[in-house]
Amino acid sequence: MTKKQKKVLYRIIIAAVLMVALHFVPVEGYLRFGLYLVPYLIIGYDILRKAALGIIHGEVFDENFLMAVATVGAMLLGLYNESQGLEGEFAEGVAVMLFYQIGELFQAVAVGRSRRNIAALMDIRPDYANIEDGDGQLEQVDPDDVEVGTVIVVRPGEKIPIDGVVVEGASSLNTSALTGESVPREVQEGQEVISGCVNMTGLLKIRTTREFGESTVSKILDLVENSSMKKARTENFITKFARYYTPAVCYSALALAVIPSVVNLVMGNPANWSTWIIRALTFLVISCPCALVISIPLSFFGGIGGASSCGILVKGSNYLEALARTRYVVFDKTGTLTKGVFQVTGIHPSQEFIETIDRERGSESATITEDSVKDGSMAAQRLLEYAACAESYSTHPISKSLKEAYGQEISADHITDVEEIGGHGVTALVKGMQVAAGNHKLMKKLELTCAEPAEAGTVVHVAVGGTYAGYILISDVVKEQSAEAIGALKAAGVKQTVMLTGDSRRAAEQVAEALGLDQVKSELLPADKVEAVEQLLAGKAPSENLAFVGDGINDAPVLSRADIGVAMGALGSDAAIEAADIVLMDDNPMKLALAMRISRKCLRIVYENIVFALAVKAICLVLGAVGIANMWIAIFADVGVMVLAVLNAIRCLKVKTLSVQ
Amino acid sequence: MKKTYKIEVDCANCALKMEETAKKVEGVQDATVSFMTQKMKVEFAESADEKSVMEAVRKACKKVESDCEIYLD
Repeated sequence: MTKKQKKVLYRIIIAAVLMVALHFVPVEGYLRFGLYLVPYLIIGYDILRKAALGIIHGEVFDENFLMAVATVGAMLLGLYNESQGLEGEFAEGVAVMLFYQIGELFQAVAVGRSRRNIAALMDIRPDYANIEDGDGQLEQVDPDDVEVGTVIVVRPGEKIPIDGVVVEGASSLNTSALTGESVPREVQEGQEVISGCVNMTGLLKIRTTREFGESTVSKILDLVENSSMKKARTENFITKFARYYTPAVCYSALALAVIPSVVNLVMGNPANWSTWIIRALTFLVISCPCALVISIPLSFFGGIGGASSCGILVKGSNYLEALARTRYVVFDKTGTLTKGVFQVTGIHPSQEFIETIDRERGSESATITEDSVKDGSMAAQRLLEYAACAESYSTHPISKSLKEAYGQEISADHITDVEEIGGHGVTALVKGMQVAAGNHKLMKKLELTCAEPAEAGTVVHVAVGGTYAGYILISDVVKEQSAEAIGALKAAGVKQTVMLTGDSRRAAEQVAEALGLDQVKSELLPADKVEAVEQLLAGKAPSENLAFVGDGINDAPVLSRADIGVAMGALGSDAAIEAADIVLMDDNPMKLALAMRISRKCLRIVYENIVFALAVKAICLVLGAVGIANMWIAIFADVGVMVLAVLNAIRCLKVKTLSVQ
Repeated sequence: MKKTYKIEVDCANCALKMEETAKKVEGVQDATVSFMTQKMKVEFAESADEKSVMEAVRKACKKVESDCEIYLD
């Protein structure tokens, strides 16, 4: 609790004690009124002051005004009864003020606490950077003052304050504050590191490549802090609602106080002023809209905070709200549903090559390790070895994936006469054998007939010693979580899942079938993707939203065209963070389904609060108007509903139970 | 020209009032108040003097919500 809140707490305690004590003090008449005035002023002086200031500044209808009118009215009514020789009731006015303050205090504490919780979830702001001075001593400086190109030192247990490149040392980094993933990331000399990660094991020296303000950590913090500025439709609705609601209630209360009494007078009955004024005051207390005004932004903020702790950055309440209504999800293929890296997915030696290897096996088995025999076919391993050796000088992604699949050190001594033939492939002498690796055009050039594989992907044909030896299939690999993510999205209410890709139809359809996607559009140019999204947008109902999920690299136009643009694997990619509405820090497609679940939960809580608060208020207003509900029920309708709504809203923060698994 | 200021405000409704007041101050193009993060983001009109505009915003906000605070630094 802050100082201010503590002061209110003391005031509440003092006023409550005084009120109870006064109940047992046997005094009569105006003295009693004077005594009750003491706790009333202790607990309510600031409300009265604010209400008076409000009236002076022309800001009449706010909650302070409602409370001031209701309680002052109750006190005056007691005084009036006293003057008529009846027993005046003063406790009610004090109690209303007391409970109102308790409610306000509770709200302030609850909101403050959840604000701190969210801040703690996002506690990635580094406080300092270490710079080594001339004597090898470390000096702590403000990260804002570190210039680009400075070498900073990050000790184990410290946060990396600024983006940069490792110049010395190796360590593993904990990225969980950014991505929500607990698997550590290994870094060594020459690798780029991102601010916000925690250095776990070794000392790192890092040359900064950006200023602090431009670093990942600053950008993310900025984004989260600004997210609650973009208000959801529901929030705007409540704001507008409150603007008309409060005056409407005040005038209704006035009508309730005056009209029945006047009607009674006209009819020749006793006016019964005090009864109707009491009812009008009760009506005022009930009507306070605080429960809605406070709980709805709190729900959205909680949802956004909870999502960011899972590595999902939502740029505004409006996007969190829109996500719950997403019925169409459009995926880019490469890098989103697939890993976007090429891997050897099949090795198919020709029959002839298998026989040759079998014959050789007895005499020349020295180059083959035990492991490779266990792994599978000998011939396949040899085919891969030849291809990897022949391609070993190339830096093309295909040759990289061949080398990776081969997995062993390739000694350059055995490889001579390497010749690259543009658009065809490469030929080389490997251990004295003439090896050719490339596409079918190369095989044709060598006057060899090659197989025509039916699978999708890039094919590398290999010829050894002048005969065709088989082919190796290289393709983009589908992420392990993709199929599960599609299923989870369907479960969350998505009607259509669509994949857009520039790839060949065969490759695209194979992936789509494996993942259970509803639609595929293949062989698209980047501009065609926008058009495809436009078409889908035109075909959907206005209440349904379309989300586009991409890796944020080449799809900025599509990201902005969709109702919700989602960038995936955005850690370290500014363009993606910039262009998207929702940013998934790592590249796990399950995170999208998780984001949808968080959004739906958040929206459900918001609607629960709206319906609950309005229903309770409506019932109590009617009961108050006809005189069934008294001041005490009115206090429940105001403070009780607000407390319950705030408690409900706080549930939005708890997303840990919804984690990916 | 946009700038974010730290503020202190006790209730969501008051934050809304501050936002509306700030928007009406001359030299302010747009303003948003976040009750949750206790921040006010102000977009200044062209050629507006940031400092004097914010003084005016602070004064106007104090008028509608007596115990709010805007930190101008």
